[in-house]
Order: sequence, then structure tokens, then C-alpha cells
Amino acid sequence: MTEEAQKTLVGSNLEHVLQNGTFAVTGELGPPQSADGNVIREKLNLLKSYVDAVNITDNQTAIVRMSSIGAGTILVEEGMEPVIQMTCRDRNRLAIQSDLLGAYALGMRNVLCLSGDHQDFGNHPTAKNVFDIDSIQMVKMVADMRDKGLFQCGDEFKGQKPCFLIGAAAAPFADPIKFRPYRLGKKVNAGADFIQTQLVYDIEAFEEYMDKVRELGLHEQTSILAGVGPLKSPGMARYMKKNVPGILVPDKIIDRMSEAGKPWSDIKKEDRTKEDKKARSQAWRKEGIQICVDLIKELQKIEGVAGVHIMAIEWEEAVKPIVEGAGLHPRPEMKTPVL
Amino acid sequence: MSLGSWLRDRPHFLEIVYKAAENFVTRLDPLISWIGYDRVERLITPPEEIAKEIVFDCRMCGQCILHSTGMTCPMTCPKHIRNGPCGGVRGNGHCEVKPEMRCVWVEAYERSLHMPIYGTEMTQLQPPVNKSLRGRAAWITMLTGEDKEVPAGWEGISELTILDADHTCWFSSQEE
Repeated sequence: MTEEAQKTLVGSNLEHVLQNGTFAVTGELGPPQSADGNVIREKLNLLKSYVDAVNITDNQTAIVRMSSIGAGTILVEEGMEPVIQMTCRDRNRLAIQSDLLGAYALGMRNVLCLSGDHQDFGNHPTAKNVFDIDSIQMVKMVADMRDKGLFQCGDEFKGQKPCFLIGAAAAPFADPIKFRPYRLGKKVNAGADFIQTQLVYDIEAFEEYMDKVRELGLHEQTSILAGVGPLKSPGMARYMKKNVPGILVPDKIIDRMSEAGKPWSDIKKEDRTKEDKKARSQAWRKEGIQICVDLIKELQKIEGVAGVHIMAIEWEEAVKPIVEGAGLHPRPEMKTPVL
Repeated sequence: MSLGSWLRDRPHFLEIVYKAAENFVTRLDPLISWIGYDRVERLITPPEEIAKEIVFDCRMCGQCILHSTGMTCPMTCPKHIRNGPCGGVRGNGHCEVKPEMRCVWVEAYERSLHMPIYGTEMTQLQPPVNKSLRGRAAWITMLTGEDKEVPAGWEGISELTILDADHTCWFSSQEE
């Protein structure tokens, strides 16, 4: 962040937690592929009082879902704080700014700026994408609205400015791995207040990344929340290791998962009953949660890690045992922004 | 191997050529201005387009930043990211969207390590693209200053580079 830009307090709960130096916990909620607001409320009940803020994904994996601002409005109504995810895939700079003005007016105070998954991966591969600006330019655009009172074009605001706590993503383990800390530096220079990383399973590799981040002094200019997520099965771990860019899963974690299901995996496939499979799945999930807890405890020891971002999409039930297991419950009392 | 990729894999040579060309064009500025930027642009746009298309797979954004991005055109990225790479780079350095293509930002990074003149500019913030310059000759928009016109709020920020603790070149510590 540059010196001359005066940081304004945005008054969000997440900002409050981070400023107090409390180890922050954020969660994630994927809106439904429908117009049913009750899905949001049900998922929210599993996260409430276990996290400080909840990311609402923006058409994740390029599949059409309820909008993040629409779902975020339900969170605000329910007394929970959303982190609005905003991608560059579906909106040009006009639409991003106007959506954010609306989000602010509806009580939202945190935004996560992303470039977004390419539409080829989603359910509308024949659609036209936008990518008018990139995620770093979006961070700067949102920061300029707040700190300098300027629209992206340079016009000055008349009236209330949208004051958001600005987040960005980081992929510490994607190629080119040595450039990643510098790209994080670019996001910090653009004005990112907090960072949520891609899933961390390889603590040693993450420590190396953080060594460089600290050398560049970036941990003092932004709050880094390490991404964690519970594994459901050894198969999921192997799939991520092999197929998901930017995720490193060490063999010892895959082995731990396999070991947990061993009593049932040892039964011959044809003899394995439905109950056996169910029991094995439960054992895997239990171990997945325990691995997640252990990872969080390791992450807490790393200097410069300000919190964790728990990604348990479609398994929100796991958040409670993870947060409790890591000794991060109860959370600080929720500060709701003044509307 | 195409002529383009053969040349792109000689980034230090390309940056020297770029620097010389920039000097040359800047010196010619009074003459170009006297003839008229519009007239000269009409003349040089087709050859600029063809040459840069062959060498860089150029998309004629009209505000060339090749020397700041490892002599690799960022507009060939499927997400048009000017401040890359995104988090979707595969383990083999290929693009998540086009698995057969190497990520242009991986190439940009690797090439920038061999660019003592402009390599550090990889860490500079690139402002949003001015879409109204699309199809224009970048040499002319450079002379007229249109390529560097940034919205209020962006002035000066592009000069920020991220240096290592000992304030050396960011990439010197990364050489194998």
C-alpha cells in the first residue's frame, strides 16, 4: 500500500478481528443452482458462530448459481458477514463498480477480487467472457473508490463511497513457484488488505513461500489467511494432487487417509456391504477433519499467517468440528457494520 | 519450431532490439510529428501488425508492454491477464484453459530472468487496457503518449517494483 493513500476503516467484522490480531477464521458458502434462499439459510446455520465471515462464491467453476450479492444480502439479514467474491469473467469495469455500489448499500463490507475460472470449465462453455480487467487491476479499482474517492475512469465520487475491506487470492504452489511471492507483492501494492490462499496441505512448501513473503515484508502490509479444506477420501486427495493446478498433497497425507479406511478396505470388494462402505466413508471423513485440524495448528505457528480460510463447500458440517478441534472456538463477538 | 518462438527464446537479444528501436523512433519523433502521426500510423500499422504477429502472436492492443512482460504478449493469455500468471497454471507449466499451450506467463517469467535491462518490470503493476487503442500502431501511441495515459489513481504506481531485501534485482537471486 502506498503511503499517501489514507486507509479508511470499513467497519467490517473481519477487519475488526484482523486488526485485533486475533487468528481469523473465514468460511465459504456456495450458492445454489436455484432461486431458493432457504438453501443459503440452512448452510449458514452450520457456519454461524464458527467463522468471522463467509465467502460467497461468484458462479464458481463457471457454473451459473445465485449471485454472490443476492446470497450476501440474505447473510446480512441473518446477521452474518459475507465476503463477496467478484470475478472479472462476467463483468466489465462498469458492471463491477455498479454491483459493488449496490453491495455496499445492502450492507456488505468485504470483497474478494478474482479473475475467475474460465467459462470452458463450466456449464456455459459457448458463452462470451469479459476479462475487461484482471484481478490485480480490480483490487486497485476498489481501493481507489475507497481511498481516493475515484471511479476507475478517474471521475470523483459525489456522495457515499463504497468502503470495502479488499481481499485477493494467492496460489503459492502454482507454477512459476518462485514468482508467486512477487505476484503477491503486486496484489499488496494494488491495495489488498487480506489474502486468502489456495488449499494448503504441504506445510513445508508453504513455509518456504512464507519465508520469501516475510523477506519481502508483505506479511506486514496485508493479512494472509491460509486456505484449508477437509478431505473426504484418499481418492479425493489423489485426484487433487494429480489434477488440480496449484495444490500440493504430500504422500503422507494420502497415506493417513488410506490408513483410516484400512479395516474396511481390507475386506474383499465383493464382500463389502453397504454398511461397510458407509463406515469407511465416515472413518475417512473423520480423518479428513483431523488432518485439517492438524494443518491449522501447524499454520498457526508460521509467522505472518493471520488466519485460515476453511473451504468445505458441500460439506459445511465439517466446519464446526474443525474450528473446535483447532481450539479456535468461540469466535470473537460479531461486530455488524453500521448501516 | 517457428521463427517466432526461436526469436522469443532469445529475450536478451529482443530487449536490445526493442531498446534500440525505441531510441530510433523517439529520435524520429520530430520528423514523424511534422509529417503527421495519422499519416505515418497508416503507413506503419500493417507492417507492425505483420511483424509482431509473426514474432509475438501480437493481438494489436495498441499499448505494447512486451518489454515489461518478458517479451511475451499477455494478450495471448485466454483470460487476457496483464498482471499474471493466474492460479490455474498446471504442474507442467501449461495453461489450465488450453492444456496444449504453455502458460504465456510462465514463459514471460522464464524469459524475464534473462533480461537484465527490463526483467524487473515483471513486478510492476500494469494498468487496465485502454480498449479504444485496439488496432492502433503501438509505436505511434508511444510517441503521442496515448499508451501511457492512465486513469487518475494510477499515476506513478507502475514504477513500483518489488525488490528483494538486499535491494538487488529481483531475479538475480533466482538464477540457477
